[in-house]
Amino acid sequence: MSFWTRHQIFEKNSIILIVGILLVIAIGGLVEITPLFYLKSTIEKVDGVRPYTPLELAGRNVYVREGCYLCHSQMIRPLRDEVERYGHFSLAAESMFDHPFQWGSKRTGPDLARVGAKYSDDWHVTHLTNPRAIVPQSVMPGYPFLSQNEVDPDTIADHMRTLRAVGVPYTDDQIASAGADLKAQADPDNAGSDAFTKRYAKAVVRNFDGKTGTPTEMDALIAYLQMLGTLVDFKIYNEKANLR
Amino acid sequence: MWFLAPCSFERESAMSQPSISKSMTPGESGLAVVFAATAFLCVVASAKALDAPFAFHAALSAAASLAAVFVIVNRYFERPAALPPAEINGRPNYNMGPIKFTAVMAMFWGIAGFLVGLIIASQLAWPALNFDLPWTSFGRLRPLHTSAVIFAFGGNVLIGTSFYVVQKSCRARLAGDLAPWFVVVGYNYFILVAGTGYLLGVTQSKEYAEPEWYADLWLTIVWVVYLLVFLATIIKRKEPHIFVANWFYLAFIVTIAVLHLGNNPALPVSAFGSKSYVAWGGIQDAMFQWWYGHNAVGFFLTAGFLAIMYYFIPKRAERPIYSYRLSIIHFWALIFLYIWAGPHHLHYTALPDWTQTLGMTFSIMLWMPSWGGMINGLMTLSGAWDKLRTDPVLRMLVVSVAFYGMSTFEGPMMSIKVVNSLSHYTDWTIGHVHSGALGWVGFVSFGALYCLVPWAWNRKGLYSLKLVNWHFWIATLGIVLYISAMWVSGILQGLMWRAYTSLGFLEYSFIETVEAMHPFYIIRAAGGGLFLIGALIMAYNLWMTVRVGEQEVQMPVALQPAE
Repeated sequence: MSFWTRHQIFEKNSIILIVGILLVIAIGGLVEITPLFYLKSTIEKVDGVRPYTPLELAGRNVYVREGCYLCHSQMIRPLRDEVERYGHFSLAAESMFDHPFQWGSKRTGPDLARVGAKYSDDWHVTHLTNPRAIVPQSVMPGYPFLSQNEVDPDTIADHMRTLRAVGVPYTDDQIASAGADLKAQADPDNAGSDAFTKRYAKAVVRNFDGKTGTPTEMDALIAYLQMLGTLVDFKIYNEKANLR
Repeated sequence: MWFLAPCSFERESAMSQPSISKSMTPGESGLAVVFAATAFLCVVASAKALDAPFAFHAALSAAASLAAVFVIVNRYFERPAALPPAEINGRPNYNMGPIKFTAVMAMFWGIAGFLVGLIIASQLAWPALNFDLPWTSFGRLRPLHTSAVIFAFGGNVLIGTSFYVVQKSCRARLAGDLAPWFVVVGYNYFILVAGTGYLLGVTQSKEYAEPEWYADLWLTIVWVVYLLVFLATIIKRKEPHIFVANWFYLAFIVTIAVLHLGNNPALPVSAFGSKSYVAWGGIQDAMFQWWYGHNAVGFFLTAGFLAIMYYFIPKRAERPIYSYRLSIIHFWALIFLYIWAGPHHLHYTALPDWTQTLGMTFSIMLWMPSWGGMINGLMTLSGAWDKLRTDPVLRMLVVSVAFYGMSTFEGPMMSIKVVNSLSHYTDWTIGHVHSGALGWVGFVSFGALYCLVPWAWNRKGLYSLKLVNWHFWIATLGIVLYISAMWVSGILQGLMWRAYTSLGFLEYSFIETVEAMHPFYIIRAAGGGLFLIGALIMAYNLWMTVRVGEQEVQMPVALQPAE
C-alpha cells in the first residue's frame, strides 16, 4: 500500500481527519508556549518591579480603552538606535504584571516603554488635550474629554482583586486601601499620601492634571505614563546577575 | 426579505408533500425557550449593569433574543407541516437560505469595513478627522476596521462558501434545520456586539481578539454549532471521499476554536460589567497573543480561503485540481508549520531568543507549503489560460492566488531577524498585511461571491461582466497604490530611525519621521478609496444580478432525439 492509499483513511473518515488536524496543530504551540511558564530564564529577577498603584491601573485602563497600543509600542529592542533614542532595552520583568501586555506592534508614534519622567505633567495635559499645540506635525488624536471624566474610586479594589486572581501579587492591605490610595496619589495635601507611598515603592504623588477634586482620567493616564519604565534603577541593575 | 426567500420550485415541492399534522420541532421549541430565558437574563443584566456599554449590550441582546423568539414562532406558523426534504426526485435539496444571508452580510460588512479603513487612513494623513471625540478617534476605529474586514466580511464569506461547498461536494443537504441559521445570524450578532463595543471603548486590547469576555463566550457557542453543522453534513455525505476544500475548512474551523480558547481566557471584574483581565500576563500573554494572531492569519485568512480556492477555481475554470498529491502534502505541511510562526511578531523583544529563533525558522519553512498551494491553484488553469481573457471573475480568482504567492514570499522574508529589525513597527508590516488582505483574501472573496450569488439565487449569470472588469482594474490599481506607498514609507521610516550623522548622533527626531510619512499616507488613502469604489461597483452588480438576472432553468430537460 502506497503512502497515497494510506492517506485515504483521513479522506474517508471525518473524525480521524479532525483528530489528525488537532494533533498536528498542537505540537508547535505546546513546544513554544509551555516552557515559557516554567523556564526560570524566561523572566529574570529584577529589583524594583511592582504592581500598578490604583491610580496608575485606572490610567492603564484608559490607555487600553483608547487603543493607544495601536500606535505606541512599549518594547525597546536591544538595537543601538533604539537604546539611544528610548533608553535601556525592555526587560521581561518590566511587563510581568501586565494583563494584558502592551508591547504593541506599530510605532506611528514613539515607543513609550520609558516615557515616564521625560516630560512634565503640564506637557502631558496640553499634549493629550491637543497634541498639535505642542508638536505641530503630530498625527495623534486629541483627548480633551479625559479631563471631564472622573475616575471611580469605589470600584478600583474590585479590579485589583481580579488581577490578584490572575496572578498579580496585590496585598490585602493594598486592596483594602485602594479607593483611598487612588485619591491620595493625585493629591499631595491628602493625609493618606505617606501611607500610600509606603505601600507602593517609587510611586509619585502629584496633582497630575493640576485640578483639585476627584481624580480625572487625565490624572490617571498621566500617572500611568509618568511611571512607565521608571521602576528599575539601571544605575544599580546588574545585567550579568542572571546569566547562567 | 424577498431576496432571501427560497426559490419557487423548492417551495412547490415542499407543498406537494402528503399532509401531516403540524407540530413544533424540538429545535424550534427548544431554541424559542432558550432565547426567551436569555431575553429575561439580559433584561436583568441590563438593569444591574455597572457601566453604560454593558447596559447597552445587555439591552441589545434582550431585544435580539426577543426578536429571535418572534422569528422562530413566526416561521413555525408560516411553514408547511413538513420540513424541507433532504432530497427531491433523488437529487439533494440544497439549503441556500443561510448562504444567501451570508452573501448579503459579507457585501454589507465589506463596504463598511473598507469605508472605516479609508476613514482611519485619512485620519493618519489629516489628524483633524479624529474630531477629538472618543468614538471617532483612531484608537477605537482601527479595531472596528480590522474586525469588520477580517471577521465580518471574511467570516461571512468563509461561513457562506463553506456551507455551499460542503453541501455540493458531499451531495447532501446542510445538516440541521435552525442550526445553520443560528450560526449565520449568531455570528453576525457577535460582530455587531464587538463593533459597537469598540466604539464605546470596550476592548481587551489584544489585536484581532479585542472583543470582551461576553462577546467571546457568545462566539464560542456559535462556533461550536458551526463545527457541528459542518461536520454533520460531511458525515451525511454521499461521496466516499471528503473533498480537499473541506479539509481546509475543517482545519480552519477546528484551529480557530483552539486559538480562540487559548488566547482569550479572562476573568471579568464583575458579571455585570464589560471589563475583564486576561489570565495571561507579560511574556506569556505576548506569546499567546501572537500564537493566536499569526494563526488567525494562517487559519482564518489562509486555510479557509485556500478552501475557497480549491472549490471555486476548478469550478470556474472547468478544470480539475492540478495535483491531488500536492494538495495532500501542502495541506499537512501548512497546518503543521503555521502554528510555529507566531514568535516572528516578537523579534528582539523580551521573549526568549530560542522562541524567536524557532518562530523565524518555521516561518521561512512555511514558504514551501504556501507556494505549494499557489502552484496548485495556478496550475489548475493549465489548458484553460485563455479564459483569463474572457472571464474577469476567473481573472480575479487567479490574481488573488498570485497575490497569495507574493505575500507568502514577503512574509518569510520579513520574519528573518535582520530584515525584521528594519521592518518591525513600521508601515512595511501594514503594506504586507494589505497585499495579503486586499490582494489575496479580498480578490478570492470577490471572485467567490461573483460565482456564488448567481448559483445561490438561481441566475444564469452575472448582471454585467463589464462591471466585474471595471471592479477588477480599479481595485487592482488601488492595491498597487496602497502597497507601494506602504513599502516606501515603511522602509523610509525604518531607515530614518536608524540613521546616524557623521558625528555619531541620531540624525532624525521621531517627529521628523512622522512628517516624512505624510505624502505616502495620502497615496495609501487614495488606494483604499479605489478599493472601496470597486466594492461599491460589485455590490451594484450583485444587486442587479439578483434583481433582474435571468432565472436558470432548474429542472433537467429531457433531451430531444435529433431528427
